[in-house]
Amino acid sequence: MTFSGSVVPMGGNGANGAAKHHVLSVLVENKSGVLARIAQLFSRRGYNIYSLSVAPTEDDRFSRVTIVVDVESAPLEQITKQLHKLINVLKISEINASQAVEYELLLGSISTSSESRSEIIELVRIFDGKIVDVGFDKLTVMLAGSPKTLDDFEALLAVYPIVEIQRTGRVALQKLDRSAPTRARSKSGKAS
Amino acid sequence: MQLTGAQALIKSLEMEQVEVIFGLPGGAILPVYDPLLDSTIRHILVRHEQGAGHAAEGYAHVTGRPGVAMVTSGPAATNIVTALADAYMDSIPLVVITGQVGTTLIGTDAFQEADTTGITMSVTKHNWLVTDASQIPTVVREAFHVATTGRPGPVLIDLPKDVSNQLMEWYWPESVDLPGYKPTLKGHPKMIQEAAKLISKALRPVLYVGGGVLRADATKELLTLAEHCGIPVVTTLMARGAFPDDNPLCLGMPGMHGNYTAVTSMQKSDLLITLGARFDDRVTGNVAGFAPYAKVIHVDIDPAELGKIRNPDVPIVGDLKLVIPELTKEIKKLKVDIKAQLEPWIAELATWREKFPLTYQQDPSGRPLKPQYVIERLRQMAPPDTIVVSGVGQHQMWASQFWKFNHPNTWVNSGGLGTMGFAVPAALGAKVGRPDKVVWAIDGDGCFQMTAQELVTATAERIPIKVAILNNAYLGMVRQWQEMFYDQRYSEVYLSPDLPDYVKWAEAMGCVGIRVDSADEVQVAIEKANSINDRPVVIDFRTDTWEKVFPMVPAGKTNDEIVIGPQEMEKK
Ligand SMILES: Cc1ncc(C[n+]2csc(CCOP(=O)(O)OP(=O)(O)O)c2C)c(N)n1
Ligand SMILES: [Mg+2]
Repeated sequence: MTFSGSVVPMGGNGANGAAKHHVLSVLVENKSGVLARIAQLFSRRGYNIYSLSVAPTEDDRFSRVTIVVDVESAPLEQITKQLHKLINVLKISEINASQAVEYELLLGSISTSSESRSEIIELVRIFDGKIVDVGFDKLTVMLAGSPKTLDDFEALLAVYPIVEIQRTGRVALQKLDRSAPTRARSKSGKAS
Repeated sequence: MQLTGAQALIKSLEMEQVEVIFGLPGGAILPVYDPLLDSTIRHILVRHEQGAGHAAEGYAHVTGRPGVAMVTSGPAATNIVTALADAYMDSIPLVVITGQVGTTLIGTDAFQEADTTGITMSVTKHNWLVTDASQIPTVVREAFHVATTGRPGPVLIDLPKDVSNQLMEWYWPESVDLPGYKPTLKGHPKMIQEAAKLISKALRPVLYVGGGVLRADATKELLTLAEHCGIPVVTTLMARGAFPDDNPLCLGMPGMHGNYTAVTSMQKSDLLITLGARFDDRVTGNVAGFAPYAKVIHVDIDPAELGKIRNPDVPIVGDLKLVIPELTKEIKKLKVDIKAQLEPWIAELATWREKFPLTYQQDPSGRPLKPQYVIERLRQMAPPDTIVVSGVGQHQMWASQFWKFNHPNTWVNSGGLGTMGFAVPAALGAKVGRPDKVVWAIDGDGCFQMTAQELVTATAERIPIKVAILNNAYLGMVRQWQEMFYDQRYSEVYLSPDLPDYVKWAEAMGCVGIRVDSADEVQVAIEKANSINDRPVVIDFRTDTWEKVFPMVPAGKTNDEIVIGPQEMEKK
C-alpha cells in the first residue's frame, strides 16, 4: 500500500456506538491500490466503515488495516467473507474488544485564556497526555489511549473552545496468551 | 532472451495456450499488435469493444476455457466494462488486456487516459496495472490462474504503452504465488455426511442446480447423484443444460418465468440441495416467502454465497466436481432406499406437470406468428447439441422455456446482468469456440439493434452463425410490465417492425437475410438457414406483439402467487 493514514468520522464520539461496532484486523499485501479495493468493496456492498487505519507491518511486504465496521449495515460474516475474496487480503481477524489491546491517538488544538491554560495542562496530566505544541493563545495536546479514554478526554475538553480535534481511529492487536505452555501433552490425542 | 514487453505479453498468452483473441487496436495497445502478427494466436477484429468482451464470454461459455479480449485505453476500456460486469455476474472466466497511457502520463489526464483498474475494480475478480515489463509473465500467469480457478470470473491486465516497449529478460514462472488466494476445493467431510443424512430423510427434496455446476464441469456427477436418489432437479436460467431436460427427473426452470412445477416444487420442498446456485431474487421471488418448509444444503466454491441470502442448514464450501461424488458416496453408505421414499413426491410432481404445462396457441391461420412456435420449430429442425445464445427480454425467457437442453454448455445467455445486445457477439464467440456445432442466436429486435454490427465481424471472419430475431416491434419485456403493472400505459417501448429493415441490414453486413411473417413460412425459412454454412444468416420473424411471457411471479410477490397464464391474469 502506498498510503498510510486513517479515516475517522469528523467529531467522532465512539462511546455510544461501541456495541454496534466490530473491529477487523486485516493483513494485506503491501501493494498499490489495496486500500482502494477495500474501500470500494465496502461502498459497493453497502457496508459502513466507522473508522479505518492502515500502515505497513514489521514485515514491509504486508500492511495491517484496522477497520471498525458498523455491523448494522451488514452481517459481519458476510463482510469478512467478501473481504476474503480480495486477492491481496491474507488474513482477517475479528478483534473482540475484551480480548484485545486497542489504541487510538488524539491531537487537539484548544484556545486558551490565562485561567483555562493551567486547567487544560492539569487535565492532560491526569490523562497521561502531552502538550505537544504551544502557541500564544493556543495549546495542542496529544493523548494516546483506548478509544473509550479518548472519548472521556474529548468530552472533558469540550467545555473549552476547541479549534480542531483529530483522532486516528483505532489500531488493535489480539491480547497475548498468559498461560504457560503445557508440556506433557499426550501424543495420542490427535488434534483435528 | 531479451523481449519487449509487448513480445513478452504475446509469448505469455501463447504459453497459456490462448488460441484466439477478440479485440480492436488503438494507440496505447499498438506495440502489442505488432508481435501479434508473428504469433500463432488468431485475432478476431470486432467492430465494437463490447462485442469483443461478449464474444470472449461466448467462447468461454461453450469451451470452459478463458475467453481473451484485447483493446486499447480510455474509450475502448470503458466500452468493454459491460462485458466485464456481465462475466462477473455469471462467473465467466475472461482475461481482458487493455492498453494504458505511458506510466509517466498516468494521472495527467493524458489523451485517451481512463482509470481502467479503478473503473473495473468492482466488476473484475482482480485486476493488475503493470508498471514494469519484467512483471508481464508473472501477471499473465496469475491472471489466468485467478480467472479460471475457484469461482471463475473476469480479470483485467492494464498495460501502459511504455511498458510494452520496454525490454525485459524473458522467463516463464514455474508456479503462481498468491498468498491471499487459496480457494477451498474439498468439501468438509462432516458437512457432507450431514448433508447425506438430511437427503436420506427428506420426503420432498429438490436439487436446486445453478450455473456453478456447469462452471465446475460437474454435470455427469450431478446426473449420477440425481439418478441414484431419484431426486427431481430444477435448473436455473444459468444452469439450463446442466441436467438433461429429457430426463424424467428434470423439472425445468424455476423463478420469475419458471414453469409451475419447478417453482412450486421448491415452495413445497422440505429440502433444497443447492448446488452452485445463489438464491438470486429472480429465482426466490420475495425471499421471506421462498421455500418456507425447506431445509437448505448449500454447496458453493465461494464461501460468501453461503448465508448471503438464505442461511443454509448445511453449508459446504468446495468444488462441485469433488463434492457431488463425495455426497453420493456418503448417501450410498446410509443404505436408505431413497427412491421408494420419494415415490409420493414424484407422483405429486407428475400431476402438476400434467396439469400446468407450458402452453401457447399458434392460430392455424398462421398469423399472428407466435414466438414460442418459432422456437419450437427451430429446435425440431436443429441438431440436438445445437448451441443456443440469447439476448435479454421475452425472447430469452421463451428460448429457455421452449428449447430442450440436453447437453451441457449449449445454452449461452446473460443471466445475472441481463445485458441486451449479448446474443450476436456471444454467438460469434461460441461458434469460434465450437466451430463443429450449429449456433443459433435467438435475439430480440431491441437487443439486435444494440450489437448487430458484429455480424460484419462474423461475415469478414467467416463465422457462420444463425440469428433468429423474434421481432415483436417492441421492447417486449418492458412492454409486458407496462401492460400488466402500469395500466397499459406504454411509455417509450415501441420500436417498429420494419425500421430498420432487418433483411436489408443483414444483407448489407454480408449475411443472408430472410423475412417470415406467418407460421406457414417458418419451415422453409429455417430449412434455408440450415442449408447455409458459409456465411451468417438472419431471419426476421415478425412475431405477435401482444404475446406475454407466462407463468410469471410478479415482482415483490412470493412464488406462491405465481400467475400461470393470461386467463388467470384477466381474472385478477
Ligand atoms: C442494456 C440494457 N438496457 C436495458 C435493459 C432493460 N430491458 C430488459 S428487456 C428489454 C426489452 C428487450 O427488447 P427486445 O430485445 O426487443 O426483446 P423482447 O423482450 O421484445 O423479446 C429492456 C429494454 C436491459 N436489460 N439491458
Ligand atoms: Mg422485441
